[in-house]
Amino acid sequence: MTAPLALERQGDGWRLRLSGDWSLAAMPGIEAQLNSLPALDGTLVCDWTQAEAPGISPAWALLRRLADTCGQQPLDVRHTGNPPHFLELLQKLHVDRHAAYSQQAPATLERLVGKVGRWAVLQGRHGRGVMVFLGRIATVAGEAFRRPQALRVSSIARHIYETGITAIPIVSLIAFLISVIVAYLGAQQLSRFGADIFVVDLVTIAVLREMGVLLTAVIVAGRSGSAFAAEIGVMQLNEETDALRAMGMNPVELLVVPRVLALLIVMPLLTVIADAMGLAGGGLLSLVNLHIPLPQFMARLRESLSPTTFWAGLVKAPVFAILIAMVGTYRGMQVRDSARELGRLTTVAVVQSIFMVILADALFAVLFVQIHF
Amino acid sequence: MLDPHFNPVIRVRGLHNHFGTQVVHDGLDMEVQQNEIFGVVGGSGTGKSVLLRSILGLLHPDSGTVELYGRDVQSLAAADLNSLVQSYGVTFQNGALISSLTVAQNVQLPLREHYSLSEKTLDQLAEMNLLMVGLPPDAGPKFPSQLSGGMIKRAALARALALEPKLLFLDEPTAGLDPISASAFDELLLYLHSQLRLTVVMITHDLDTLFQTCSRVGVIVDGHMISDTLQGMLKNTHPWIQEYFHGPRARAAEKEAAEKEAADKEAHG
Repeated sequence: MTAPLALERQGDGWRLRLSGDWSLAAMPGIEAQLNSLPALDGTLVCDWTQAEAPGISPAWALLRRLADTCGQQPLDVRHTGNPPHFLELLQKLHVDRHAAYSQQAPATLERLVGKVGRWAVLQGRHGRGVMVFLGRIATVAGEAFRRPQALRVSSIARHIYETGITAIPIVSLIAFLISVIVAYLGAQQLSRFGADIFVVDLVTIAVLREMGVLLTAVIVAGRSGSAFAAEIGVMQLNEETDALRAMGMNPVELLVVPRVLALLIVMPLLTVIADAMGLAGGGLLSLVNLHIPLPQFMARLRESLSPTTFWAGLVKAPVFAILIAMVGTYRGMQVRDSARELGRLTTVAVVQSIFMVILADALFAVLFVQIHF
Repeated sequence: MLDPHFNPVIRVRGLHNHFGTQVVHDGLDMEVQQNEIFGVVGGSGTGKSVLLRSILGLLHPDSGTVELYGRDVQSLAAADLNSLVQSYGVTFQNGALISSLTVAQNVQLPLREHYSLSEKTLDQLAEMNLLMVGLPPDAGPKFPSQLSGGMIKRAALARALALEPKLLFLDEPTAGLDPISASAFDELLLYLHSQLRLTVVMITHDLDTLFQTCSRVGVIVDGHMISDTLQGMLKNTHPWIQEYFHGPRARAAEKEAAEKEAADKEAHG
């Protein structure tokens, strides 16, 4: 195989003989050869006689290289030997290119300052966006007192079904399994002190105060928080929300508030189910592993409960529900332009809502200790 | 390797396609010659896009053969199919630019996949293809969502041209464009067609585009295709074709094309 390029002197100018395969497939080899061309000046004749199946991409690379490789004076390039038919087009493009390129990229420091500034502005806008969003929800909620049809009952029912009823199996299963694990590990430790019976206290308090509601919140955030963000996000991409606005309907009223209300109704109910399944799991493990019969388990359970234990867990459920629903719907409404944004914001919705739930849970823990709840 | 001068470039024989009880193609034949611009028209739901998908091998037809450059698309081995895919470019109706990549990266995507080239060369080639379709260089670093409809169509064309195909499939290239952008696209297509010696298959509803650019037209009616030159089509007696090519919009487009041709003749002597 011959080398694609051969440079030789011709009079006081240069002659560049192109030979062999000059199609796009041979591009990597041609590229390497072009890069090894020395700086040239004067006149240059490109001889295409032996170039086979010349492709437009290698020809462009050649033109660009010859334009860049010239010494002090611009190289005077001529083409001979049946040059490809598209050369004229490429030469025209090359002129267009020179006309279009004039601006320079800003310096590093400027770029850095610009970046920081843009980030700060973005964060500011973000904060404002959250406030506006909360305000819109409050407005719709306020309006519902005067105009009950602002609460979309059928929509709320649909979301109760999707976020609540269909979540019952998975919430039950996970609450059951986690409390079995806690009881099992607790029993290992407590039986060393002969304090097996306190497993009941452990399970009861852990499940009712913390784990029932927290697990439910995490599952709901993963299932429904992501679904909220994705559903509303796709509607944003399809301009469906704009269409609603243009028809005089309020997307917050139609899309956001029903989801928030549905989750507000569903979360406490799911929490009660999770609590019950958790206690059942603890009871089963006590029976099988520690041989505590069910009546004894129930009696101990009643003793270990203070009047507020159950409520200390349940009261958190609506708060978590609002956090999850608002983060999910807000991130969904933020989706603009592209499929990538949709994926990113759906992820953000889940991660952020779980984070918010745990942060709120920590605040509740401190609060409950302070007020001896 | 494929023979790039094989004629006819596309040959479809006895294509049958149905969805449920609805028969879309009932023994459709189609032939596209080297270096022509072939327009495919038909009412909504007559299976223009299904035909395109069958030709591209994206959809397996119920029966019938599709040959590109004399090779049967359905019976090709995976490696051959790959080289066949590289021999044509396609633009989809809504551009189908990858939204997470910039315009320049979209153009580089097929080059990057099939050849090992340096970044510098890739940048040069992206720039060439963008210049070729008349996009300004500052469109390169933009994301598809930042482009207007007309620019998206052009960027999609640049990506379709990146592998230097000799055959181009365009699905509704001027749909959703304003008349000025649409006629600019027509001119661009004609220019590239003559400069790059392309064979073009174009699905279109745009009568102006049809009259300005196409050398032959295939009409899908009753599951079959009737192909003819535009002049022949005007004389066809099939009721749907009569209505299509003699409706008020067609008459206006036809008149305009005729006037333009006359003006061109005058200008050239």
